[in-house]
Amino acid sequence: MSTSLLLLIIALIGFIAFLAGRSRSFARSGGKLSSLHSLPGYHGSYVAIWATLPALLLLAIWLITSPVYIDYTVRSSLPEPVQSQGAATLQLALGQVKSVAAGFERLNASEISAIENGSANMRETLASKGVALAGEGEPYMVKAAQQFNAMRQYSRWLMSVAVLLVSVAGAFYALRNIDVRFRARNRVERVMLGSLILASSIAILTTVGIVASMLSEAGRFFTMVSPMEFFFGTVWDPRFAAAGSGGASGQFGLLPLLAGTLYIAFVAMLFAVPIGLFAAIYMAEYASPRLRSIAKPLLEVLAGIPTIVYGFFALVTVGPFLRDISTQLNGVLTGNYQNFIQAQSVITAGIVMGIMLIPFVSSLSDDIITQVPRALRDGSLGLGATRSETVKKVILPAALPGIVGALLLTASRAVGETMIVVLAAGVAARMQFNPLEPMTTVTVKIVNQLTGDLEFTSPQTLVAFALGITLFVITLGLNIYALYIVRKYREQYE
Amino acid sequence: MTEFASPTARVSTRPAASRRDIGIKRRYAAERRFRAFGFGAIAIGLFFLAVLLWSVVSKGYTAFQQTTITLPIEFSEKVIDPKNERATDPKQLFTANYPLLVREALVKQLGLDPAKRPLVKQATDMVSASARSQLRDIVVADPTVIGKTIPVTLLADANIDSAFKGQIDLTVDEARRKVKDEQVAWMNTLAEEGVLKKSFNTGIFTFGASSRPEAAGVGVALLGSLYMMLIVLVLSLPIGVAASIYLEEFAPKNRLTDLIEVNINNLAAVPSIVYGLLGLAVFINFWGMPRSAALVGAFVLTLMTLPTIIIATRAALKAVPPSIRSAALGLGASKMQTVFHHVLPLAMPGILTGTIIGLAHALGETAPLLLIGMVAFVVDFPGSPLEPSTALPVQIYMWANEAERAFVERTSGAIIILLIFLIFMNLGAILLRRRFERRW
Repeated sequence: MSTSLLLLIIALIGFIAFLAGRSRSFARSGGKLSSLHSLPGYHGSYVAIWATLPALLLLAIWLITSPVYIDYTVRSSLPEPVQSQGAATLQLALGQVKSVAAGFERLNASEISAIENGSANMRETLASKGVALAGEGEPYMVKAAQQFNAMRQYSRWLMSVAVLLVSVAGAFYALRNIDVRFRARNRVERVMLGSLILASSIAILTTVGIVASMLSEAGRFFTMVSPMEFFFGTVWDPRFAAAGSGGASGQFGLLPLLAGTLYIAFVAMLFAVPIGLFAAIYMAEYASPRLRSIAKPLLEVLAGIPTIVYGFFALVTVGPFLRDISTQLNGVLTGNYQNFIQAQSVITAGIVMGIMLIPFVSSLSDDIITQVPRALRDGSLGLGATRSETVKKVILPAALPGIVGALLLTASRAVGETMIVVLAAGVAARMQFNPLEPMTTVTVKIVNQLTGDLEFTSPQTLVAFALGITLFVITLGLNIYALYIVRKYREQYE
Repeated sequence: MTEFASPTARVSTRPAASRRDIGIKRRYAAERRFRAFGFGAIAIGLFFLAVLLWSVVSKGYTAFQQTTITLPIEFSEKVIDPKNERATDPKQLFTANYPLLVREALVKQLGLDPAKRPLVKQATDMVSASARSQLRDIVVADPTVIGKTIPVTLLADANIDSAFKGQIDLTVDEARRKVKDEQVAWMNTLAEEGVLKKSFNTGIFTFGASSRPEAAGVGVALLGSLYMMLIVLVLSLPIGVAASIYLEEFAPKNRLTDLIEVNINNLAAVPSIVYGLLGLAVFINFWGMPRSAALVGAFVLTLMTLPTIIIATRAALKAVPPSIRSAALGLGASKMQTVFHHVLPLAMPGILTGTIIGLAHALGETAPLLLIGMVAFVVDFPGSPLEPSTALPVQIYMWANEAERAFVERTSGAIIILLIFLIFMNLGAILLRRRFERRW
């Protein structure tokens, strides 16, 4: 019985159990609903929960553990020569057995017996059914594959029976409990509360998953390349991930990537902060409600545009524009029509990222500026200060901690931004300080190392996780500090 | 004040110059400057928005038109099945020399001499190489067409398409452009005869990946994105709402819930590429789920969207006044009944608005999908979320990396499609908020 059919049957049993529980509570109350502790619907739900939840749990456990057990049994039943060849070969043999087993399920009895007595070639027969074998099958695989199939079938059958039995038994147990004074609602609500807690723990699990997965993969990387070499290396040259080359043949220096990341983020902030801050001040202090109601949502459209669109904009519009204008400028000034800005450069990526960050800066600072108490503003204006003096001397100093927090949040976004730099910053890992030349970033290299065919044993692939955890730690630090500042600021004026 | 000091003196005898100089002019000038800076900043922001949109639309609107060539194709048996074996060998129909049919039709249409090979080659280059599969599909679907002559609308080659749309500078030396003078002449005669014309490009919505721009479309990517959005919605809405209900209504105020709170705020600001690494390490590497599958992409995007939905939902729950809860509790409802029967329905508009905005973000997200292998050349529509598929933003990324000029047009077209989806989603969120917003 397939898993989806089993799920459907459990759902059906659950539904019937609900109806049965409801009608039983009706019957018990003797037509007087007010004598029941819980509404009939709760009794029904109680029975339905008993009918489905234990069965589903059993199903999940079975689905996870049975393949492990079957793999183990089949592997230990493989012949001695295969056993003694080490874990990698064993794993390979097991994989082949599994694909033979999958192929056998598509053959009829006569074809299988033909393979068994050797009158038909296994590889060709299976290939004609659309199952490709990696190598010529060994005779022992036929037996192992049949054992595998038999065990799987048996396990499946046993699972279906056990799960359905648990489901029905649960329903009957719950049905027996139903009585006039039975507190069905409290039980149902306890299950609901449990599921609410489960849902909110997913947030924690995500963080744990991020940290654990990256730490373990980065840990494997650091067994091949020393952390010193990674964190303080000045050359990034990972070479290609050649299968079987094993050790670290390339150089994995983080510093050029980090320099590029921070440089581009700095240029972006240089561009976004003045514009965003001035826009926020104008919006909060000067703009008429009409202008504000038009300009604010329009600026926020910039934040809603996907970053891939910005990347494309940088690639086909801003980059070529800067390159051409530098060619013209150079030609007019020196007579040598040679571009001095590359199409992919720090400044291209920085400007486009800056455009993306304008709405972040402006809406975060706008919120913070409008939170400054009215009294401070009125006091300053009442003493005869102009609006701009009020902003500069009173509001900005009062809002400064909050604005710094907002800017840190924006900076963390700039550091973690991927698509713009992938398309606009270039791939050359270099340490240099000319903003008109291409540089590369941590995120670009994560993408470069992990697209294409992967092999999870080479340092060339695993380095991406070391880069990832570096990025995660940097942004986490920025975020926690920023959120701390913003929170403290908010408390100050509440 | 001056008047108090000397009540009898006339103002004209004490000119303004002798008043204490408080630099009012300078200060007002500074005020005007400051104001101008602020206004300028907003103007610059809006200017960049306009440039961005204009650059995409001006490059991309032509992608919604496609040049086609309608030729009377003679499905001659001599070419398709010279030995008459199609009844016994069905492969014959798949491997037949279909380009020859196009060549013959074109030679006849243009009145060329079939012996002049280079000329004929140039002429056939005007038709997309996808004509082969198009004709093959026609014949395989209905073998009775063999022997008949039927007008078939074929895609023009991307270069001809660009030339016909006027995007190629024809004054450039012939050797340095991809469209030759003869082809331009034929193009014009065909256009006059009404054989070659521009029509609405349905292909961009229905085709899959292709290395030929004229036969490439976002159809497969759209389906992949649709799968992902549905799964993200089904997973993230219930989980997000359940988590926020617990945190907002039930959780005791202690260390643990404080930690969860800080945690969620941080997750909302984690770079999206980190979620891609998580998906690669946990879902693909550890759990052994298939690469390039929409299901894995949806899981990653769900984890990414959850913090957004949780934050929006908690704000919506917080906005429901406590009097509602007190009234329900006072009438004897349990805590759970209060929340699910009274608070949640009132918070629903806010929750849905937050969900739509979260989904819009997920729809445009690219970076994590690159890492879980959705950078895939997928030609066929995925039948289920477990099959290899790609997503709209990833398709845009792949096209942006293509060198051919015609792909720039396609990329911009795909971006327009993506932006239209986002506009509709955001408009929906705004309307929802307007329609159901309550002031307590």
